[in-house]
Amino acid sequence: MAATATIAVRPPSRRRRLLALAPYALLIPGLLWLLYFFVWPVFQMLLMSLSSGTLDSGFRLTFTTKPYVDALTRFPSQWGNSLLYAGIATLIDFLIGFPVAYTIAFRGGRWKNLLLFLVIAPFFTSFLIRTISWQILLGDEGPVLAFLKHSLGVVPVDFSVLYSPIAVIAGLTYNFLPFMILPLYVALEKIDGRLLEAAGDLYANPWQTFRRVTFPLSLPGVFAGTILTFIPAMGDYVNAELLGSPKTRMIGNVIQGRFLQTNDYPVASALSIVLMVGILAAVLIYARRLGTEELTG
Amino acid sequence: MATATAEQASQRHAARRAARSASHYALPVFTALAIGYLLIPIVVMIIFSFNDYQGKFNFVWHGFTLAAWEQPLAWPGLADAIRTSLVIAGLATVVSTILGTMIGLALTRYHFRGRGAINGLIFLPLAAPEIVLGASLLTLFINVGLRSGLTPPGLTLLPKGTLALGFNTVLIAHIMFCISFVVVTVKARLSGFDRHLEEAAMDLGANEWTTFWRVTFPLILPGVLAAAVLAFSLSIDDFVITNFVSGTTNTFPIWVYGIIRNALPAQINVIGSIVFLTAVGLVGFTTLRSGRAVRLR
Repeated sequence: MAATATIAVRPPSRRRRLLALAPYALLIPGLLWLLYFFVWPVFQMLLMSLSSGTLDSGFRLTFTTKPYVDALTRFPSQWGNSLLYAGIATLIDFLIGFPVAYTIAFRGGRWKNLLLFLVIAPFFTSFLIRTISWQILLGDEGPVLAFLKHSLGVVPVDFSVLYSPIAVIAGLTYNFLPFMILPLYVALEKIDGRLLEAAGDLYANPWQTFRRVTFPLSLPGVFAGTILTFIPAMGDYVNAELLGSPKTRMIGNVIQGRFLQTNDYPVASALSIVLMVGILAAVLIYARRLGTEELTG
Repeated sequence: MATATAEQASQRHAARRAARSASHYALPVFTALAIGYLLIPIVVMIIFSFNDYQGKFNFVWHGFTLAAWEQPLAWPGLADAIRTSLVIAGLATVVSTILGTMIGLALTRYHFRGRGAINGLIFLPLAAPEIVLGASLLTLFINVGLRSGLTPPGLTLLPKGTLALGFNTVLIAHIMFCISFVVVTVKARLSGFDRHLEEAAMDLGANEWTTFWRVTFPLILPGVLAAAVLAFSLSIDDFVITNFVSGTTNTFPIWVYGIIRNALPAQINVIGSIVFLTAVGLVGFTTLRSGRAVRLR
């Protein structure tokens, strides 16, 4: 404080003026990177989605809406699959994740860090390799089905899970579960234990305490966990590709295929824009519903 | 009569105790099962790295062998892909950690106009589905390649071919998506930062530069290191974005994705196991060390 006072008397030196620029100097390199390689590309994709042409003849900005018409009308089953699979996976993740996060937060004791470590352990292996492991596990002659079919005989021999919607949902549920558990844990861990004691002192039974105190206080975690699970699940194409069949294709598969195989950039761009805008709109509405304003931290 | 009621009461008591102990153990058991579920694919990955599989696909257990562990790189292109992954992850970590830490410092220590907008800009790449990030970058690089009028100013000055799909574009993409994660991690660390320590240093005659390197930097270093570890693991594991911008360059996940249509070599499991065990070892080592440091204090 004393330093500021003495400096204030002195006429602003060159060094002071340079220091005033410090925040901008710190910001500019990183922000330029994001502007060039995030904002501008999205803007270009927006323009691409309003263009017509092919890769050979070149794309011209014609402000046509045809790519959007195509994007919204030609892929009803893939949009439906994405919404359905991502929705079910998010719901199952919540039903698994909440009790787990609750147990670690309130009953973890000295095992807390170990348990959290085990929750994030899957991140130490590649996403692809984990999905391939599910291919092995769910295979027709894989460890699970072979045991059920031949050793126990409780499942018909031609029964199959792999390449069905169930396998895709199982893969999505598995891959994004830690994203559900961690924010829930953070929210539950923050809850002041005295509030729960107070509820008990006021004659709330454990269930009432949970419903009226613990759960409402965990809502920021519920919000963060569900969007962190739903967004990547909605845009995913790896699970549908490795664990599914042509019938279980999701919107991500369409975007990927049109960008990388058929080079239909305008429609692929329109699909991406619709996906992104749809997700952002859903997140904002959802944030308002749950009353969470700490979105951007 | 009296004995009958006493018996009934004790029976009721026992039933209640049984119910309570059931609910007491239900949550931990459920949590253990959920964590088991999270770890199953990792266990499968490690076990199947020892599989003496027949044919090209390592899907069904046939017996134990060390063949894949003795020759972990014995597939064309695998060693190159791993090297590329490591180089890109290393470079992306260094650049994104520096740029992200600078932004994090600016956002937490200075008040200036447009902070809200900048926070939003940092948050958006985290909220957008990965497929949209990959697709929009691909659009950018295609436009640069076509030398179309949509290329952002400055990029056209780069030598032709600098942004052709390959190593450079993958590196650019990885730095882009790592920056936001670094900023968020560093900000979390800085939010509990006591500015009085810096003022004390200044009062003792240190200038801004010395204060930063002798006081501020050592204090935020754990946050910066955590951000760097996060950036490295995100970069080395990324598939979705890389798949859009890699062209013919192979990173390890891209190589895996390419080969699994035709074969599933156990070398994939070996590399996955090595990465997993190294990461677990590193985390265990640092936890033990920091635990001891805390106890010594």
